[in-house]
Amino acid sequence: METREVLFEYVLRLGDNALILGQRLCELLGWAPELEEEMALANIALDYIGQARMFLSYAGEIEGKGRDEDQLAYTRDVLDFRCALMVQQPNGDFAHTMARLFLMSAFNEQLYGWLVRSKDQRLAEIAEKALKEVRYHVRHSGEWVIRLGDGTEESHRRMQRAIEDLWLYTGELFTPDEVDQAMAAEGIGPDLAALKPAWQQKVEAVLREATLERPADGWMPTGGKDGRMHSEHLGHILSELQFLQRAYPGLRW
Amino acid sequence: MYTQGLDLVPKGEKPEAPKSEEEARLEAAFQRKIDEEIRIEPTDWMPEGYRRTLIRQISQHAHSEIVGMLPEGNWVTRAPTLRRKAILLAKIQDEAGHGLYLYSACETLGVTREELYEQLLAGKAKYSSIFNYPTLTWADIGIIGWLVDGAAIMNQVPLQRCSYGPYARAMIRICKEESFHQRQGYELCLALAEGSPEQRRMLQDALNRWWWPVLMMFGPPDKDSWHTAQSMKWKIKRFTNDELRQKFVDAVVPQAERLGLKIPDPHLKWNPERGHYDFGEVPWDEFWRVIKGDGPCNRQRMEQRRRAWEEGRWVREAALAYAEKRRRRQQSEAA
Ligand SMILES: [Fe+2]
Ligand SMILES: [Fe+2]
Ligand SMILES: [Fe+2]
Repeated sequence: METREVLFEYVLRLGDNALILGQRLCELLGWAPELEEEMALANIALDYIGQARMFLSYAGEIEGKGRDEDQLAYTRDVLDFRCALMVQQPNGDFAHTMARLFLMSAFNEQLYGWLVRSKDQRLAEIAEKALKEVRYHVRHSGEWVIRLGDGTEESHRRMQRAIEDLWLYTGELFTPDEVDQAMAAEGIGPDLAALKPAWQQKVEAVLREATLERPADGWMPTGGKDGRMHSEHLGHILSELQFLQRAYPGLRW
Repeated sequence: MYTQGLDLVPKGEKPEAPKSEEEARLEAAFQRKIDEEIRIEPTDWMPEGYRRTLIRQISQHAHSEIVGMLPEGNWVTRAPTLRRKAILLAKIQDEAGHGLYLYSACETLGVTREELYEQLLAGKAKYSSIFNYPTLTWADIGIIGWLVDGAAIMNQVPLQRCSYGPYARAMIRICKEESFHQRQGYELCLALAEGSPEQRRMLQDALNRWWWPVLMMFGPPDKDSWHTAQSMKWKIKRFTNDELRQKFVDAVVPQAERLGLKIPDPHLKWNPERGHYDFGEVPWDEFWRVIKGDGPCNRQRMEQRRRAWEEGRWVREAALAYAEKRRRRQQSEAA
C-alpha cells in the first residue's frame, strides 16, 4: 500500500470508532437513569459524532475520490468499516454503557494525547480538539465506574460483570497491525504497545477505587479495526444509521 | 401551549375560602406590586392560588420539555447526515436542559423535582398534548422544529415578562435556544422542499398531520379556558390563547407558502378587514381526548419514561449509597 492509502485507512479507523460509539450512545436517548445523565449522554454522543465528522472529512480528502463525511458514513457496508469491536458492543445495562465508554475513552485519551504531536498536521489539530472532550468522557464514565462499583451490592455485581464482558475487546485496541506499524514508522501514529502502560495504570486505578477486580488477560478477539471479522452487531447498527440514505439514494438533506 | 393542561378545571378545586383582614391586606399589596410590574421573588409573600398556579404551569412546562425529547429522539439514530444528527442531538440536549432549568425554577416555590417527576410518572401531571403524536418520517423533525418550537416561542416570549422572577428569567434563556431550534427546523424543511418529489411528499404529509395539533398547543379557545382571566390579572399570562394562536397563524402562513406547502385548512384565508388570517375550527374534541390520555402516543410516551425510571432505579440507589459511604469516610478521616 502507498502511504496515502495507509493514511486513509488509518484516519478512517479513527473516524469509524468515533462514529459507531457515537451512534451507540444515540440509541440511549430517552433511556437514561436520570435527567442529568440524559444530558451528559447526549453531550458525549455529540462529541463523538463531531469527532467522526472531522476524521471522516479528512479521510475523504486523503482518499481524493470526492467522498465526503456523509458518503463515508452512510454508503459503506460492513466490509468497508474499520471500527474496533469494542465500540460495536451493545449498550447493555447502564453499567455496560459506562464500562465501554470508560475503557474506550481511556484508550482514546492516550491515543489522541499522542496524536497531538503527530507529524500529520491535520491529525494533530483534530486530536487536540478531541482530546479535551475525551478527558471529560474519561472523568465522567470513570466516576460512574467508581460509583457503581462501590455503590450497592447490585451495582457492584453489574459493574464487575460489565468490566469482565468488555475486557475481552481491549486487546484489539493495543494490538498493532501493518497499518499501525506503518503509521508509527512515519511518526504519524503512536506505537500502540507503548500506549498501554499509561492506559493500564489509569484503568487499574479506577477499578481499585471502585473495589472491582481487574479481569485476567486471556485470549482476545481482533478483526474490527482491520475489518477482517466484525461483530454481528455492526450490520444492525448500519441498517439504522444508513436507513434514509439507502432508501433514497443521492438526495440532499 | 406547553401548559394547556392549566386551562382545564382541576378536579375538586374549591372556591376560595373567605379571607382574613390581614390576608386581604397582603393580597392587595401583592396585586399593587404586580400592577407596578415589580417582579415577585421566591421569598416574597404570595397568595396560595398564585403559588399553586405557577407550580402547575412551570411543572407542566418542564414535563413537556422532558417528554418532548422522545418524539425527536426517535430519529436521532436515523438522521440522514452527520450534520443533521449533530444538530438534532444538540437540540435534544437543550430540551433536557430546559427541563432541568424549569424544575429548578419550580423548586423555588417549595416543591421538589422528585415530587414533580413522580407525579408525571404516576400520570397525575399534564404535559403538552403535542408530544403525544408520532414522528413517522424525517420531515416530522423539521416540522417539529419549525412549528412546535415556533409555537413555543410565541407563547414564551411574553412569559419573559411573567410576574414571577425565576420563571421569567428561565424564559429569557430558554427563548434564545428555542428560536435557534426554530430556525434549524425551518432550514431542514427548506432542504426537503427543494429536494425530490419523495422529500416534498414527506414534508407535506408531516404538515398535514401536525397542523391542527400544533394549533392546539395554545390551549382551548378563550371561551372555554378556565384560568385565563386570573392568570392575566396576575401577569402570569399576557395574551389569551386565541390571541397567541392568531399571531402564530399569521406568522406561519407566509413561511409555509415560501416552502411551497399547502396548509390543510380549506377555511384559511387572508382577511383584509381584520388584518389577520381567518382559519377553520380546531378539532377540539380531539384536543380534549388527547389531553385526557387518549392520543396516538400517550401510553407509549409515559411507558418509556416509566421504564427508563424503573430501569435506572438501581443506578440512582447506587449513586446515593456511594455518596453516603464517601460522606462517612470523609467524616471518619476528619475525626
Ligand atoms: Fe425547550
Ligand atoms: Fe421545546
Ligand atoms: Fe426547542
